[in-house]
Amino acid sequence: MEFPTSASPHVVAGYTVPRVMFQVLLALAPVLAVQVYLYGPGPLWLVAVACVTALACEALALALRRRASQAALRDGSVLVTAALLALAVPPLLPWWLLAFGTAFAVLIGKHAYGGLGQNPFNPAMVGYAVLLVSFPLEMTRWPLPGPEWDALTGATALDALRTGLRQGYTMQEVRAGAEFGRLGAAGSEWVNLAALAGGAYLLGRRIIRWQIPVAMLAGLAVPAALAHGLDPGGHAGATFHLASGATMLGAFFIATDPVSAATSDRGRLLYGAGIGLVTWIIRSWGGYPDGVAFAVLLMNLAVPLLDRVTVPRIHGHP
Amino acid sequence: MSARPLLRGGLRLESHKTRPLQQSVQPMPAPSTAVLALDQGSGEEAQAVVTAGTRVRVGTRVAVGCGAATDLHSPVSGEVRAVEPRPTASGPGTCIVVASDGRDERDPDLEPLDWSALDGAALLERLAGGGLAGFGGAAFPTAGKLALARAAGVELLLLNGAECEPWICCDDALLRERASDVVLGTQVMLAACGAARATIALEDDKPEARAALEAALADAGDSRLEIVVLPAVFPLGAEGLLIAAVSGREVPSGALPPEVGVVCQNVGTAAAVARFVSEGVPALSRIVTVTGSGVRRPANLEARIGTPVAELVAACGGYGDTPPAARLIAGGSLTGRALASDTVPVTKGLNCVLVATAADLPARAAQMPCIRCGDCAAVCPVGLLPQQLHRAAHADDPAGLARFGLADCIECGCCDYVCPSAIPLTAGFRAARDRQQLHEAERRRAAEAKTRYERHRRRLDEQVDAERRAFEEARRRARGDGAGGN
Amino acid sequence: MNFATLLPALGVAAALAVVIGAALGWLAARLRPDPDSLVERIDALLPQTQCGQCRYPGCRPYAVAIARGEAGTDRCPPGGEDTARALATLLGREPRPVDPHYGETRPPQVAVIDEARCIGCALCLPACPVDAIVGAPRFAHTVIEAQCTGCELCLAPCPIDCIALQPSPGTTSRPRASLATA
Repeated sequence: MEFPTSASPHVVAGYTVPRVMFQVLLALAPVLAVQVYLYGPGPLWLVAVACVTALACEALALALRRRASQAALRDGSVLVTAALLALAVPPLLPWWLLAFGTAFAVLIGKHAYGGLGQNPFNPAMVGYAVLLVSFPLEMTRWPLPGPEWDALTGATALDALRTGLRQGYTMQEVRAGAEFGRLGAAGSEWVNLAALAGGAYLLGRRIIRWQIPVAMLAGLAVPAALAHGLDPGGHAGATFHLASGATMLGAFFIATDPVSAATSDRGRLLYGAGIGLVTWIIRSWGGYPDGVAFAVLLMNLAVPLLDRVTVPRIHGHP
Repeated sequence: MSARPLLRGGLRLESHKTRPLQQSVQPMPAPSTAVLALDQGSGEEAQAVVTAGTRVRVGTRVAVGCGAATDLHSPVSGEVRAVEPRPTASGPGTCIVVASDGRDERDPDLEPLDWSALDGAALLERLAGGGLAGFGGAAFPTAGKLALARAAGVELLLLNGAECEPWICCDDALLRERASDVVLGTQVMLAACGAARATIALEDDKPEARAALEAALADAGDSRLEIVVLPAVFPLGAEGLLIAAVSGREVPSGALPPEVGVVCQNVGTAAAVARFVSEGVPALSRIVTVTGSGVRRPANLEARIGTPVAELVAACGGYGDTPPAARLIAGGSLTGRALASDTVPVTKGLNCVLVATAADLPARAAQMPCIRCGDCAAVCPVGLLPQQLHRAAHADDPAGLARFGLADCIECGCCDYVCPSAIPLTAGFRAARDRQQLHEAERRRAAEAKTRYERHRRRLDEQVDAERRAFEEARRRARGDGAGGN
Repeated sequence: MNFATLLPALGVAAALAVVIGAALGWLAARLRPDPDSLVERIDALLPQTQCGQCRYPGCRPYAVAIARGEAGTDRCPPGGEDTARALATLLGREPRPVDPHYGETRPPQVAVIDEARCIGCALCLPACPVDAIVGAPRFAHTVIEAQCTGCELCLAPCPIDCIALQPSPGTTSRPRASLATA
């Protein structure tokens, strides 16, 4: 009797890229829900705009590159980029700006480098950085969280912290402002908690590994705690930093983008720690209130070096 | 009796070993035609010493071993039909085809061996005539391996009873039923290689085998032998990894185990050694697991070397219809080789015939680009970075392949198993290795040609110099004579 | 246009360009790579067929010519596209395909002497650049297959055309058995 042949191994576990991507989208749902609760239906609309734009740009790029688009469009990777970007930008951002940012992220941040698996930079953060640098006003206008959905806009907690400290107020005085909640930024602390919940889900399902989130949070919390301990009036504490801005979203969803992260486990620890540290530095002394996006992009630059110096020891070699 | 977890990465897989072990090992009748491949799995062919028409009996030597090939002996009595190329598990190869006369006459030259009376060197010489080869799959000559070990002065003989790959359970069955053979074989091998002690490694999913082995050890009362139980992780049974787990020493890359004082043998080989010394019968048969959802009654069979695989499947009730068999694999589901036809014969290295259906082997998804998730590196038992190797292989970058350790890849398939992009990593590494071998051979030839060319040029230059000197010498003499004799 | 600030700025930029350009030029002249080691590295990439199709008497003279810039990287048919590309990469030049003017790239081949027809004239022995032909006058000659580079230089001297080219048998490799446990 004759049989068809194939190369070994003959079994696989059956994990697929689409499954991984859709699990990530599922884990983002709490973040979206909390944002809608705090800021109204805006985030929903933004996520929709971003997703549609991303899919359209992906189809366009694949057509230009003369690649088959069926499988690639269905793998969900571009939807994750879109959703992350939509959830990272302020909910009051005009939709056409977000569309521009998404298009830039997909076309330049991903496809100009060769498509899935080839981009050295996190595409969502590329889009975010372009928007932040090009439209600083719109990108830093966050609404005050609350039941009135057409509330006034104000500074974020991190923003208030920076300007307050520069103006000479102490931490305690700044902390009493309206932008602050119990743990961190008002409203933003709930988003961070939701992101933490989503991240825990991904860790439990083994979609992401613990090295990057833990290292990033440690890299952020440890310098913050040290600085706060040495100079309580001039620096915010670790809890504040962990619960403000895009910290948790960054730790569990943005920094863990496998394509732009380091390769080995040791490399990932260094990568995550670097992102945390740079975030803290930018938040404390930099020109932008939240440093996660730029920290991620800067560490993306360092990834080839990290890969070079963290090759694991091979069995049988010294 | 200790359990030591010592493996990076690896996979815990469903074993699929229960059905064949529900009954005892079934002996198979001799085949009507035995097809003896001159290459029994080691990659090198033995040299046939018979031709068509030669009459043989059970145990008659039909091929002489050389290099990595062992002696071959006929498993049936009858007449040699032909010595010709036939399909085998490792591709087309020369085979000695023996037609059985049904009488199963033993060769009168076979006799038991009083092994304890022989010294190490003499014992090795006698073992070499037994056609004993690595039953774990590599089919490397046992006597040769033990001789190398003796020369290197190894102090530990490690018996591999791990059997970590799913579906394969021939060693488990062997240990359950013939543990005393394994113990005797171990003692013989200890005497042959000169090691001070022996460790039999088992995985913790084989409690019955362990009990049988403990009983046999208690009977033998030999304090040099002990059992070590390891966690059932694939591929802990790979030689280099097993040695590291049991002895704590890593065999240096490119070197052989005797360099760290260890020699490793399969338990099936030990049982074959025991049969050879106690009955004089060379390696003529082995236990083969016939399993998979595509065969009606999975079982462990004791089959003679040279039996066509089709007969083994028939002895297990034949192929099932629903669902139909999708693959015929020689070996397990991760490292086995898919066979094109079931006419290939049993060899000394064939441990399992897996008749797999589509349910046993879920199809791979379409291949996608690598997303650098790092799951492959997390499971690699050798500590490689398969995604970097994949990129280097794709770019045909020999420096990158060397740096990331292509030479150390044991082709276990763990990286393929977990890859979410369904990239055929292992196949790529195999191809890259073959390409590298070709490049190496080309480079060696080029270097040799260059040396010869330089020598050729030097010789020609010297010739020209010698001629010129002779000419000038002659001219000088002529002038001198002319001047003097003017 | 405020020329008061523009002109000095342009001046400084121009001066910088001149200074840096001069420094680079001087360094390029001072830090030339060792020519001998370059020839070695080029020679290491060549297939050592010693066939002369590149119009140089052997691989090393060709390597010297490439290092001196007298010859292009596209003259080696036995090396094929791989060698042409590797040479171009080493020298930082634009890779060029093998020029068919210098010959066609063929799969590895060896010369085989038909010993039944060989008259023992020994004219082919000196032609072989790697001394791969053994024989003596009035005795049959034969090519040592393992050392023949397939350069074809022995074909022309043979007066009775008894040398033929055959595909190289290559390395013997049976398909390797898959992973085996001991």
